[in-house]
Amino acid sequence: MPYRLHMMVCAGTGCVSNRSLELRDALSAELARRGLDKEIEIVTTGCNGFCGVGPILLVQPDGIFYQKVQVKDVPLLVEEHLVKGRPVKSLMFTPPEAKEPVPRMRDIPFFGKQMLVALRNRGMIDPEKIEDYIARGGYQALAKALTTMTPKQIIEEIKASGLRGRGGGGFPTGIKWETCVHAHSEDGVRYLVCNADEGDPGAFMDRSIIEGDPHSVIEGMVIGAYAIGAHQGYIYVRHEYPLALKRFMIALDQAREYGLLGKDILGTGFDFDIEVHRGAGAFVCGESTALMASIEGRVGEPRAKYIHTVEVGLYNKPTVLNNVETFANVPVIIERGAKWFASIGTEHSKGTKVFSLAGRVKNTGLVEVPMGLSLRELIFDIGGGIADNGKFKAVQTGGPSGGFLPEDLLDLPVDYEKLYEAGSMMGSGGVVVMDHTSCMVDVARFFVDFLQSESCGKCTPCREGIKAMHGILSRICDGKGSEADLATLEELCSVVADTSLCALGGSAPNPVLTSLRYFRSEYEAHLQGKCPAGVCRALITFRINDKCTGCHLCFKACPTSAVLGEPKQMHSIIQGKCIKCGACYDVCKFEAVTKE
Amino acid sequence: MAIKEVSEEKVREIARRWGGREGFLVEMLQDVQTEYRYIPEAAIRTLSKEVGVPVGQIYHLATFFKRFSLKPRGEHVVSVCTGTACHVKGAPRVLDACARELGIGVGETTRDGKFTLEEVRCLGCCGLAAVVTVNDDIHGHVTTSKVPRLLKRYKGTEKASHGEADDQ
Amino acid sequence: MAKLTISELQKLREKLAQERQTREGNARGQIIIHMGTCGIAAGARKVLTALLEAMDKQNVRDVIVSTSGCAGMCSKEPMATVQLPQQAPVKYISLNEEKIVRILNEHLLQGNVVKEFALAVGSERMG
Ligand SMILES: Cc1cc2nc3c(=O)[nH]c(=O)nc-3n(C[C@H](O)[C@H](O)[C@H](O)COP(=O)(O)O)c2cc1C
Ligand code: FES
Repeated sequence: MPYRLHMMVCAGTGCVSNRSLELRDALSAELARRGLDKEIEIVTTGCNGFCGVGPILLVQPDGIFYQKVQVKDVPLLVEEHLVKGRPVKSLMFTPPEAKEPVPRMRDIPFFGKQMLVALRNRGMIDPEKIEDYIARGGYQALAKALTTMTPKQIIEEIKASGLRGRGGGGFPTGIKWETCVHAHSEDGVRYLVCNADEGDPGAFMDRSIIEGDPHSVIEGMVIGAYAIGAHQGYIYVRHEYPLALKRFMIALDQAREYGLLGKDILGTGFDFDIEVHRGAGAFVCGESTALMASIEGRVGEPRAKYIHTVEVGLYNKPTVLNNVETFANVPVIIERGAKWFASIGTEHSKGTKVFSLAGRVKNTGLVEVPMGLSLRELIFDIGGGIADNGKFKAVQTGGPSGGFLPEDLLDLPVDYEKLYEAGSMMGSGGVVVMDHTSCMVDVARFFVDFLQSESCGKCTPCREGIKAMHGILSRICDGKGSEADLATLEELCSVVADTSLCALGGSAPNPVLTSLRYFRSEYEAHLQGKCPAGVCRALITFRINDKCTGCHLCFKACPTSAVLGEPKQMHSIIQGKCIKCGACYDVCKFEAVTKE
Repeated sequence: MAIKEVSEEKVREIARRWGGREGFLVEMLQDVQTEYRYIPEAAIRTLSKEVGVPVGQIYHLATFFKRFSLKPRGEHVVSVCTGTACHVKGAPRVLDACARELGIGVGETTRDGKFTLEEVRCLGCCGLAAVVTVNDDIHGHVTTSKVPRLLKRYKGTEKASHGEADDQ
Repeated sequence: MAKLTISELQKLREKLAQERQTREGNARGQIIIHMGTCGIAAGARKVLTALLEAMDKQNVRDVIVSTSGCAGMCSKEPMATVQLPQQAPVKYISLNEEKIVRILNEHLLQGNVVKEFALAVGSERMG
């Protein structure tokens, strides 16, 4: 019997950590108890992207969207919606400006403005069931490619679509594949590798795609392999993503079982299989040569790329390396045609891009939008604006290789060239929004600190240069910087950018340079001994003013007993004991603790 | 919890699990790390023999990747995400709070071997920043004031469950 | 599962897609079975089961079946409401297993209201 209703429970990492699996179990127990389990299906889906309001539950075909559903809500939900047919308003989402909750998913601005290509199956399928993927047209593109197209035609199609790499660099995918085909290989062996290392700290597109729709990546990889004539593929996944890894392994087994991977794919005689390698926590392993070294069992240190990896790559064979999202786009292009894909986006940036919206924005989560949308639309329309009524200060794109963009660049369209010209880059799609509570010098130091610890240490400019940059930035944060430091910093930046071996060092100065370019006044304030955002510890002092009611909360919260005072009397802080942890500031309900 | 005796047989089995292939050295080390909660020197020597690569190469791998540790780690590994999204949502202060609560610094293990405190660079749950994981449990929206209660659950002898409310 | 060939993949897709149609939110119409306490007591559960079975047998995959609370006329239960796009809803009364199958075939699938069991066209005012 077909199911009359489908409860799509989000089981992405975000929702799972909000206990969506327990919710699923409670739902299924309740359905069984009421004898509804034969007519209502529970589907565990991948990430819906709206992670900030998880656990998420979508009821189809009604299209009703529930958020923050707890186990205790289950009996009410089943009774009201499933038995009596009355959707439960109290569990629906209310957009920041609206008064009434919005029942339908498509009417929520967060979802309504998106255009799903790479995430086409998001929330609609159970990622652990290949049948769900096939039902939505999965592997049709592979069938089409294998039976009606030559490898050359596929490459032409990808070239014509204008698809560019989604892993950061934005290199045209079709041209990369073509170069690989033309590269000389003694024994004809070529490899295809998928980069799922997703190192940008603040990005989670690739995790979400693999968790939510692993077959779309596999299908894209098989098509790519057929196009370049590879019979062995690899995927390099971060070990920090256990759920993605598990789902990908399940998907591989299913694809093999159905004859969509392995020997004689779909009876066409084409052989291709995929091997999984786990990373072990090294950002630099996302870089192509380091990644390949790591797959070979060596330390992930990049080499100089006089010869590109498409010519001499993994085990010294011509190798195509593409990002997860790049591969996920391939089947759609083959199925719907290059023309359709090229009609979306801007002149040189075609199609859509998945972004992970995080930081001080109201609707954090994963969104897919056409290229060319402005940052403002992304952050304010889809993201719902700044959280806690804060004031927008900067948006960081491109991760540690990208830069900060200020308010007056908010109308910049999201496009590879436009972001690059502004000193940042598209990167893999991490978008971290910052408000008045973030100190630009501190965040610049954060990135430099990150890169310093992630530098593999092989080349001197990157190893020593970034360390020197970190030293100067720390000095400024401690209030000990001087005007001369800013000049040295800029000089260091240009040396590190020009002389580093790989792009880790090459792009490391971007966060520093853009913060200097757009937020120089914050640096200058630090030179004067002030941190305007109240973040840099050496430059702030906590005090208690006369709004204090003596509620004693801060007294209890202080880890070093630096707060003095009897209940119901005004408290004060012993500065000598204060470690500036901010615990008193966080607990105070009367704005009596100030930070200056 | 006592540190497990390193068994040569066990390490050999791990090497065989991955076909003794050099390309899977990182995977073998992952399994060794999971088994012993660190990479014992004896295991490095055994792997070197089994796979046929110099001890130095394996030592290089074991020290290059963040996930591996040459010292035994605690029973519960508390990882505070210090990725970008978590940073702007106060991760440095959460990290300090954890350090204070456990009485150890980053990368250290408590004397009783119960807790190790680590930093991790983004768990891909940036929508829930600030994020702290304890073993495999992910805790979102963590603030300094929630830290003591969060850690307390793992301090008892019984295995902490994920069921209690740590959120909102 | 044996390995697929191209044509088998096509067939499999059609079959699987059909089974999952309501997940996509596409439907030709909706039928609501009123299942308040009195409705269930009067046999609404059997009516619902009969409807679902008939839909299965006839391979009808694009009708939304929902349940709702008491329709307020306990004496005329079991009741159902049929709603087709751009048309006023129709309420049916005193249903049984055979009647619901006729409603499925005549009203939902062919668009003709089954006048004999219909109570009224339209719904109470909401709000
Ligand atoms: C330090 C560094 C880290 C990188 N990390 C990633 C990553 O995590 N994921 C990724 O897809 N590409 C990453 N890249 C880019 C890859 O080197 C490569 O350009 C990309 O995977 C190619 O795929 P694409 O053309 O589909 O984008 C990184 C590059 C550098 C220099
Ligand atoms: S930055 Fe902490 S989970 Fe991504």
